[in-house]
Amino acid sequence: MKNRWRILENKIFVRWLSISAILTMVLLLMFFLTLLVSSWPAIKANGFSFLWSKNWDPVNSHFGMLPFLIGTLITSFLALLISAPFSIAAALFLGEFYPKGVIPNIFRNVIDLLAAIPSVVYGFWGLYTIAPLISHLQQKMHLQASGLGIFTASIVLSIMLIPYSVSLIRQVISMTPTPLKEAAYALGSTRREVITKVIIPSNISGISAGFLLSLGRALGETMAVTILIGNAPELPHSIFSPSYTMASVIANEFTEAVDEIHTGSLIEIGLLLFVVTTIINLIGRLIIKRAIA
Amino acid sequence: MKNSILKTLTLAGVLVIGLSSCGNGGDKSTDQNAANDADKQILGAGSTFGNPIYTKMFSEYGKTSGIQTNYQSIGSGAGVKQLMNKLVDFGASDAFLSNKEDSACSAKVVEFPTCLGAVVISYNLPENPALKLTPEVLSDIFLKKITKWNDKKIAEVNEGVKLPDMDITVVHRSDGSGTTYIFTDYLSKVSDDFKSTVGKGKDVKWPEGEIGEKGNEGCAGFIKQTSGAIGYIELTYALQNNFTSASLKNAAGNFVTPTLESASLCANGDIPADTRISIVNSNVDQAYPISSFTWVLLYKEQNYNNRSKDKATNLVKELWWMIHEGQAQAKPLNYAPLPAKAVAAAEGVLKSVTYGGQPILQ
Repeated sequence: MKNRWRILENKIFVRWLSISAILTMVLLLMFFLTLLVSSWPAIKANGFSFLWSKNWDPVNSHFGMLPFLIGTLITSFLALLISAPFSIAAALFLGEFYPKGVIPNIFRNVIDLLAAIPSVVYGFWGLYTIAPLISHLQQKMHLQASGLGIFTASIVLSIMLIPYSVSLIRQVISMTPTPLKEAAYALGSTRREVITKVIIPSNISGISAGFLLSLGRALGETMAVTILIGNAPELPHSIFSPSYTMASVIANEFTEAVDEIHTGSLIEIGLLLFVVTTIINLIGRLIIKRAIA
Repeated sequence: MKNSILKTLTLAGVLVIGLSSCGNGGDKSTDQNAANDADKQILGAGSTFGNPIYTKMFSEYGKTSGIQTNYQSIGSGAGVKQLMNKLVDFGASDAFLSNKEDSACSAKVVEFPTCLGAVVISYNLPENPALKLTPEVLSDIFLKKITKWNDKKIAEVNEGVKLPDMDITVVHRSDGSGTTYIFTDYLSKVSDDFKSTVGKGKDVKWPEGEIGEKGNEGCAGFIKQTSGAIGYIELTYALQNNFTSASLKNAAGNFVTPTLESASLCANGDIPADTRISIVNSNVDQAYPISSFTWVLLYKEQNYNNRSKDKATNLVKELWWMIHEGQAQAKPLNYAPLPAKAVAAAEGVLKSVTYGGQPILQ
């Protein structure tokens, strides 16, 4: 009797796990299908030129997404580039140099807290503190001194990315096998050499995964970027130019868009953001696989 | 193994269907009390501009009538969509329905104004001078034809004001908004150039190099931060935050500063029976030219989706209260109340609302 109950219990448990897994997949598929169906009128009306047209004019129903795609990719990668050295340094500090103790604990919590700040707060903080600094810089360079643009958005975005990459990279680094490190020390390596020649190379896949996670976050970040990027649907001349991202245009225009093609075009951007994120994730995974092999 | 995956898939499917059908279960309740309660609950959605005054009006009305009104401030466009899908009892929008939207509705929708909003031109210049602007100068600034603050055209209308040799940084609302609609509607009326290159709408294509900011708070924050900036913000927001605003030359030729009174005057002209009118650039003597109604929309025939007559009556009575007693809430919250002619037009619209073909208000 007791045995039969245990078998049944186990069955229910396994069934529950598989249902959850399948539901997630079904949900993602439905998500994709919903986007496709709702954007269909726009896909038909806009045609392929939607992908490379740079004219976004809701009044005359011309829709092109190129400025948004370019803006999204530049801000995200620039933010990742700015945050990378700081994330690796912070992760090494917490994972390798001082993994235990009161002060590292405080540091760890503070970094995690960065992730808990609402992004609208980051946005307004950027508008009131970072933008004036950038504006001074722009004045010295004789550019339009608005203080808003790709660079401002990327700086604030890079701060928002740090907790994501640090928490993953720190864990990976702290799990480096001790014999490996001890062997390196035994051969007379300095601490820097152990880090650059043993810890980083042996954890390269975990480190890349950390960056991939934060890149995904950067691509989809909406509120802070919307406040800081200047929302100008044009191709940027420099990293100080105002620009626009895919997530921002959806956030800005979706609630008030009534026209079917306008709404559809915004959903089409959502669909393409979905596709772009998937492609970048796949490329990232490929790179990680290569690095391991 | 294959079999078990199949089983799991079916189970998952059943779960999904089960979950989705849950939503329809509650309708068949026959409990009389529950029905009465449902009749006293009104659901509305739309305009974020009207949110503060609507919330206040509904809470005041609820105290005396026992009607509970839930207003969701989700944006005018979304409010119209919710009404089209018959998910709310009334919608609220900062723009009246276009012919295209009107024909997209499955049944006749009527609308009436509840109060007025105005758009002010705010700027940030050293020493904070009081500026005067003409419609021509304003549209040239927003078209980037005037790019310096000491441009001859600005100086001509502002004799004696010290204008700095500075670039003008133009900021506009990046989020689709009634504010942008009113502003571009005005500029399209006063400038053919603006009408043909930008046009009017909640989202428009602005000239290159202009900054877009989200919301009144974003635009206002940007203007506050940036020396040489100019932009447009809602009157309510500007009054609450003491923003510098330019006086504008109206159609009658007078320079008028934006106040609740001068904005209200805009609506003191003739108003058509369906109240679908843009009142910007009014030729009333002392009217501030960039103001507009904000509307509430509802179905003309209230007998749809099995709604009870009691519910329809409660709704129309509440809306009637909004254009009469409710108007007292406007000024304390920095909204411009409806002038007499507008109230009369709104009364006409509400009297035309029917239940089963019979007028609800006698």
